[in-house]
Amino acid sequence: MADATLTPKAAEPVSSAQMRRQMLKEFWFYFSENRGAVIGLFVFLALVLVAILAPVIAPHSPFEQYRDAVLKPPVWAEGGTATYILGTDPVGRDILSRLIYGAQYSLFVGLVVTTLSLVSGIVVGLLAGYYRGWLDTIIMRLMDMILAVPSLLLALVLVTILGPGLNSAMIAIAVTLQPHFVRLTRAAVMAEKTRDYVTAARIAGASPLRLMFRTILPNCTAPLIVQATLSFSNAILDAAALGFLGMGAQPPTPEWGTMLAEAREFILRAWWVVTFPGLAILITVLAINLMGDGLRDALDPKLKRS
Amino acid sequence: MFGFLLRRLAVLIPTFIGVSIIAFSFIRLLPGDPVALLSGERVMSPERHAQISAQLGMDRPMIVQYFDYLGGVLTGDFGTSIVSKKPVLDQFLTLFPATVELSFCAIIIAIALGIPAGVIAAIKRGSIFDQGLMGIALVGYSMPIFWWGLLLIILFSGTLQWFPVSGRISLMFYFPQVTGFMLIDSLISGQKGAFASALSHLVLPSIVLATIPLAVIARQTRSAMLEVLSEDYVRTARAKGLSPFRVVGIHALRNAMIPVITTVGLQVGVMLAGAILTETIFSWPGIGKWILDSVFRRDYAVIQGGLLLIAAIIMTVNLIVDLLYGLVNPRIRH
Repeated sequence: MADATLTPKAAEPVSSAQMRRQMLKEFWFYFSENRGAVIGLFVFLALVLVAILAPVIAPHSPFEQYRDAVLKPPVWAEGGTATYILGTDPVGRDILSRLIYGAQYSLFVGLVVTTLSLVSGIVVGLLAGYYRGWLDTIIMRLMDMILAVPSLLLALVLVTILGPGLNSAMIAIAVTLQPHFVRLTRAAVMAEKTRDYVTAARIAGASPLRLMFRTILPNCTAPLIVQATLSFSNAILDAAALGFLGMGAQPPTPEWGTMLAEAREFILRAWWVVTFPGLAILITVLAINLMGDGLRDALDPKLKRS
Repeated sequence: MFGFLLRRLAVLIPTFIGVSIIAFSFIRLLPGDPVALLSGERVMSPERHAQISAQLGMDRPMIVQYFDYLGGVLTGDFGTSIVSKKPVLDQFLTLFPATVELSFCAIIIAIALGIPAGVIAAIKRGSIFDQGLMGIALVGYSMPIFWWGLLLIILFSGTLQWFPVSGRISLMFYFPQVTGFMLIDSLISGQKGAFASALSHLVLPSIVLATIPLAVIARQTRSAMLEVLSEDYVRTARAKGLSPFRVVGIHALRNAMIPVITTVGLQVGVMLAGAILTETIFSWPGIGKWILDSVFRRDYAVIQGGLLLIAAIIMTVNLIVDLLYGLVNPRIRH
């Protein structure tokens, strides 16, 4: 702030860009030290690519039922053909193509749920931490209530009210994940609020909104980013669980959890219809959690390895 | 310590009242007419509607209805199942031991494997052990347990035929429920093979339910242990020539266990959520399966009562954990 007023106006954006580059460089230095995190990042990027390019790379339509090729095993197993690399499901749909399209759903769910819970959690947490008093008490009791119910049970109850489907599932999961963001933001705001730079900004005449969002919030981002990655993987897991229980995405949507639900009765006859969708969920969630661990190491100075 | 208990209760009671408001509102938030939903009758004349509405007390103001509901809950009336017409609490108490038995076995597995794994990883920090154990823990933490359960069924029930696919005990055995815990009841019955059957039915579901808590406990133990191992008093203990076993096992582990206790307590909620999935996969007749079945049967009274009962259990467990925490770590009391 003080620098900006002293340096000539033209030079200012350059210096802030330089600073940002310096920060990014430092971040990458710590992040790339964690081999798992880098692997997780690459797997995640590959999944994003698969999701975007799904119409191009999927060998078949995810909905087309090949009636003459029902429950074909994968190509390397006995009786498998190269037409259906990972085999077909009980109604003759190509499993690989369904998995490729399923990546779209899972990443979409992760993105929407994380954004919803992050944004609402930050706003509510900022209000609670900044104003304290009765508002804080009410908000925190509300969050305690949400946390007192197991997340999957609460999601089930909410989906019962909203009606089964992917949209209700996303809203329900966002509600169960949001308290974590509220608590983190609130704690960070309470710690930052008494610092000198906040007092200085207030005396300089900054409005409460500016104080909350421009002055305090940028200094609370590190734990929020780590929590956001965790929420991303949790959202994918919970959405798949709801799909598996028949309360999430509805058939014939090629959502991974829903695919598992449809395949359940065939587990002892056709291992591949069950194995691959679950493996896709596991790999995705694992990649994101690996990244999350790396982010935590890189962003949390307390845990930085010296 | 008493003041600490009072302070915790001051937070807990409003939370419980809040959850009861959620449970109360649940039926009234559902799409459709709550009177029709609760009576289970789809088509009814206005007279019949008014009659049932009066019978259920739903013609009174909302606030009166709520206090009536809360009064019922406090005296053990959690509503009546729409499908079976039995009190929700009775059904809950019949099924609860099955969930407790399963969760108890799971948490034992999680603690017995998770804490040693975390300790070893911390002592051998950076070694192949550490990386291997923490790699496995992260996989466990990322596991979609409903899929994991299906995989175990394919391998151990299908291919190898070591363990049964579903249920709590083989249909060959029949004996009266004494405690509700199959392991104990089968021993009491004295029937040959009954205990072994009950035990073999427990193995796969317990492993599935233990997976995520195990991973969380292992990771938490490792990081708590690492923090403690760098403390001065541990260095002092080493410097004065105590055996490594004594330093780690007595001096470090005790303090490292403080955050781990909280983690274990928090796993109760995780387990009850996991029970919904695990019990569904293994047809385990417990609370989780009951709630999910009720969702499909549209037995909203059971969902309402079950929600509140489960929340009450979790809150009680959290309170106990908090008190234990205050007991082992006096600093937290103030």
